Amino acid sequence: MTAPKVIVENLTKTYRVPERRPGLLGALVGVAKRNYRAIRAVDDISFTINEGELVGYIGPNGAGKSTTIKLISGILTPDSGTCEIDGLTPWSNRTAHVRRIGVVFGQRTQLWWDLPVIESFDLLRDIYAVDPDAYLKTRDELIDRLNIGSLVNTPVRLLSLGQRMRCDLVAALLHNPSILFLDEPTVGLDSVSKLAFRDFIREINAERNLTVILTTHDMDDIEALCKRVMVIGNGHILSDGSLSDLRKRISRDRHITVKISNPEFVTAGLESAVTVLQNGGQRVKLGFDPEVISASEVISKISSENEVRDLLVEDQPIEEIIAQMYEENAL
Amino acid sequence: MRGYRALVSARFRALLQYRSAAIAGFGTQLFWGLIRIMIFEAFFLSSTLSQPMAQEDVITYIWLGQAFLVILPWNPDRELGQEIRSGGVSYELLRPLDLYFNWYSRSIALRTAPAMLRAIPMFIVAGLFFELQAPENFVAGLAFAASMVGMVMLSAAITSVLSISMMWTVSGDGITGLAPAVVAMFSGNIVPLPFFPDALQTVLRILPFSSLGDVQFRLYTGNLPVSELPLVFFHIFGWTLFFILLGRWMVARGVKRVVVQGG
Repeated sequence: MTAPKVIVENLTKTYRVPERRPGLLGALVGVAKRNYRAIRAVDDISFTINEGELVGYIGPNGAGKSTTIKLISGILTPDSGTCEIDGLTPWSNRTAHVRRIGVVFGQRTQLWWDLPVIESFDLLRDIYAVDPDAYLKTRDELIDRLNIGSLVNTPVRLLSLGQRMRCDLVAALLHNPSILFLDEPTVGLDSVSKLAFRDFIREINAERNLTVILTTHDMDDIEALCKRVMVIGNGHILSDGSLSDLRKRISRDRHITVKISNPEFVTAGLESAVTVLQNGGQRVKLGFDPEVISASEVISKISSENEVRDLLVEDQPIEEIIAQMYEENAL
Repeated sequence: MRGYRALVSARFRALLQYRSAAIAGFGTQLFWGLIRIMIFEAFFLSSTLSQPMAQEDVITYIWLGQAFLVILPWNPDRELGQEIRSGGVSYELLRPLDLYFNWYSRSIALRTAPAMLRAIPMFIVAGLFFELQAPENFVAGLAFAASMVGMVMLSAAITSVLSISMMWTVSGDGITGLAPAVVAMFSGNIVPLPFFPDALQTVLRILPFSSLGDVQFRLYTGNLPVSELPLVFFHIFGWTLFFILLGRWMVARGVKRVVVQGG
């Protein structure tokens, strides 16, 4: 058993936000004396991540996701708590630490806006002091795999979002990092790009045993990639475990969608065990708990009283589970 | 060092793209040069007293000032200002680089690339048509070249301080308004420093601005003997070190202020 890759203990970060008083008088008073409000963005967070894990980190806007990422990537210094990644503390050994991490932000590029992509790559080679031969090998392999060969001579500002994201991924991996941070990487991408992106992340995670931490609002990203999900809200970690554990904890409900030919849906004595989620006349969505009533019983009762044309049983969508969780914690 | 060198070079190449700004700047600076020379010609014609500089030296001094005008630290780095306002600077901390020298590298490129675009045509035009002389002699030319390197270093250090100050001032408009006036006046870009009153000479020599053109151009014309070079370098390096230390201190304090956005 090797030591975990990332060890975070009791991490806390508070922001001081200036509060402006309303109105002209308030603005004038504010010039002389500012009031500050303390916002605890990250409150006593602890977790560990093992080498090679692919962890999803989710939470509503303002929950403390980005702050955590900024803390463990070395941009921010916490008020208290410790973090060790490969034996280094990100904020006090910043330059040594950032040499070993790769970061992709969906909302911004780390490439140079006015340079052709390939020159940005060369610049990163020099900034990270990558050995030129190793650099060429890694670069050409990544360019090939992400299929950006035809783009590399284009200035970054002329790339589409999907193209830019692929180039950003290459840029984040050129120096062979041992951890990859992905901060909302699929925002604004079309479905083809999203799928290609997920495939690539899955492959590179497996091949290089690369540790990946992914923050996102796209639950499909999480379902496709992450065995483990951490949920953060109001600065606390609300849940940490596999996606199926999370499901079980919040709700065991299954959904069943029925299409019928008869004009009105007949509930057939299921009222106590099943909740009607949607009733669109000939298209009805029901929720049930398989511990209380089995799926086959539900189906047989429904089909005995209705002319069923089509039927679909599925888990409650992860989106809804997460939304439910946010609501329960009043986020 | 490799990373910083690469940053200077990349930024330098990016700045060379601004050709129309360079053409417009060249036109303006040529025009201003001619006006400044006419004023000095009138001044020399009307005065019978002995002057601290020969007339042909003043003309050359003025052309050099026009050619290298944009090396002066007259503005902060606008793109850096935008990054500071948007909070994007925090992402610079993801590079395995010292934040100050990262920005100092940008400043060096900002002070040299536009200057090169303007200086070369200015030397050709003013040299051919408007009495820009060659250096006094070979050694004076070398001393000039060496001290120009110092001028770039000092100017980049001051530019960095101006840029970093935008961590507090938000817009940088105040600095953009004030800096050119102070810098141009005290570096001899309006009136060559030897023409200032004697009582002010010591102060002018001590201020950092005399190393932003005045001593360089006087070395070129021979008005300042090459034997002064050690003192010139002492002055340049002293002030450069001061502004670098000031800038680093400001960065260390400012980063804590800036890196607060994001939830």
